[in-house]
Amino acid sequence: MIHTDKLTKHFKNKKETVEAVKGVDIDIAPGELVAFLGPNGAGKSTTLRMLTTLLSPTSGSARVAGVDVVADPAGVRSRIGYIGQGNGGGHSYRVIDELIMQGRFYGMNSADARARARELLVTMDLQELEKRTVIKLSGGQRRRMDVALGLMHSPQLLFLDEPSTGMDPQNRANLWDHIMRLRAEHGTTIVLTTHYLDEADSMSERVIVIDHGKIIADDTAARLKSNLAGDLLAVEVALASVPAARAVLGQAAADGELEESRHDGGASFRVRLPDGARLAPGLLKALDDAGAPATSLKLNPPTLDDVFLELTGRSLREGAEV
Amino acid sequence: MHASSIDLAHPDGAAVTKPGLGKIVQDTRFVFWRELLLVLRDPFSLVFSLLQPLIFLALFGPLLGAAVGTEAFGGESSLQWFLPGVVVMISLFGTTMTGSNLQYELMTGSYERILATPLSRSSLMIGRALKEWAPLVAQGLLIALVCIPFGFVFYPLHVLLGLLILGIFGIGIGALSYTLALITQGTEWVFWGVQQTLLFPLMILSGIMLPIEAGPGWMQVLSRYNPLTYLVNAERELFAGNIGTDVLWGLLAAVLTAAVGLAIGIRTTKKQTI
Repeated sequence: MIHTDKLTKHFKNKKETVEAVKGVDIDIAPGELVAFLGPNGAGKSTTLRMLTTLLSPTSGSARVAGVDVVADPAGVRSRIGYIGQGNGGGHSYRVIDELIMQGRFYGMNSADARARARELLVTMDLQELEKRTVIKLSGGQRRRMDVALGLMHSPQLLFLDEPSTGMDPQNRANLWDHIMRLRAEHGTTIVLTTHYLDEADSMSERVIVIDHGKIIADDTAARLKSNLAGDLLAVEVALASVPAARAVLGQAAADGELEESRHDGGASFRVRLPDGARLAPGLLKALDDAGAPATSLKLNPPTLDDVFLELTGRSLREGAEV
Repeated sequence: MHASSIDLAHPDGAAVTKPGLGKIVQDTRFVFWRELLLVLRDPFSLVFSLLQPLIFLALFGPLLGAAVGTEAFGGESSLQWFLPGVVVMISLFGTTMTGSNLQYELMTGSYERILATPLSRSSLMIGRALKEWAPLVAQGLLIALVCIPFGFVFYPLHVLLGLLILGIFGIGIGALSYTLALITQGTEWVFWGVQQTLLFPLMILSGIMLPIEAGPGWMQVLSRYNPLTYLVNAERELFAGNIGTDVLWGLLAAVLTAAVGLAIGIRTTKKQTI
């Protein structure tokens, strides 16, 4: 559905050149649900804008829905749906008018556009708001209207740029319900950008991690986590057992790194283990055998933030809060 | 729009690559209609747009006649001379505002949403410019009718032709205003600064409000390089019921303005990194 070859974008700002996207290769098959994850300014949205013909690439090429973005941008535009970061509906317009006009822009006839608009208003829980002007909608309603606008022409490929930024948890969950249903019912290919870790983690099957304009990882969230991060195991032992425990845990540590901290009457160790849940019982036994029994144990499954930290040495969370 | 457009509704159907004239006309209609919806949903704004030129005409017309005297207009009623100028002025006020309506949409994201649709780029500009021009037809006809009792002689066909030429001119001005909004994005006040700074010298130097022949030589020279001058002269000729060389020059100025405006506008849209 998408194939890019060294897709690159440079912005010229006064005299300096900003390399926003540095030659990315992406392949996305029909029906996939893919998230571009990365901090603000990583190049996610720029990549998305090149794929949706809103920006022309500086070099490299991209085929989207079988069409080259440079040779035939209008061909790409008629085949995809795009939901940008802003609100798509004109503020002074009525909801139904904007939906119908959007359908007309894609070449639907008036009757089809009206029928489709009504259908989407129901799907997106906006049926009561048909005649409301966009500016009077709540934030969540406006975002659902954006999705409805993007779906008017029933695209097989849908791009969403930061779809849930600024929404409260309930509205986010609600929006995701709609997107997931769409996918289940129509097999729509969905590509989105997000800087919400949990969103990329729980919603997407595939996560493409982008940082400084490059793809630094591309896999399922589960594999990224187990391959790159591993579970975080926290073990406490009595003060007397510290040297023995250090030896055992140091050997088990995936990356050879063992964090150690002292507190009254004991010490705690933190260590990363790939597949920690399976290794933990054996490790407990090894500690026992070494005469350093654990007094407490906690196993934290990895997050995508751990993956990002592992890859870049920086936390995504800090970047996301800017 | 029927048979030809249905393919587009099905993305896997026939691809439309280079927009042909038919597609541009159809897209322009959609963009125009979307803009017009704002007026239709809020008809009150139309009342004001009809009142405005009447007020202007009622307050300025008598002063002009008294100050300059009717001999300056070749013995015609000053209305016959002044009314076409007012019509050109209203059309300028309207079409130079094309970009201002775009500014809101640039800020919210609805412009970006529309850019991602298969609408042809030129139709985005033409449709918006025509929407600013459309009320002019109603405004022009209304003030012409109102002025009949005061000695204005109304030549309906000539006036209609005049409005059409203004429509072509307006496409160019609208496209330039649209471009101005695009390149001043983020610094909205610059748009107003440029629009106002250009609008008034252009208007005065075209002889819209006062005959330029009464001014010093340098003004007359400058006015010859002002496309608006030719528009105003053409409208005056038409409103007086004649069709001569002034009309041809006006038409040429209108077509050139439209071509230049659209060329600049389309180039900017394609270059934009929004």
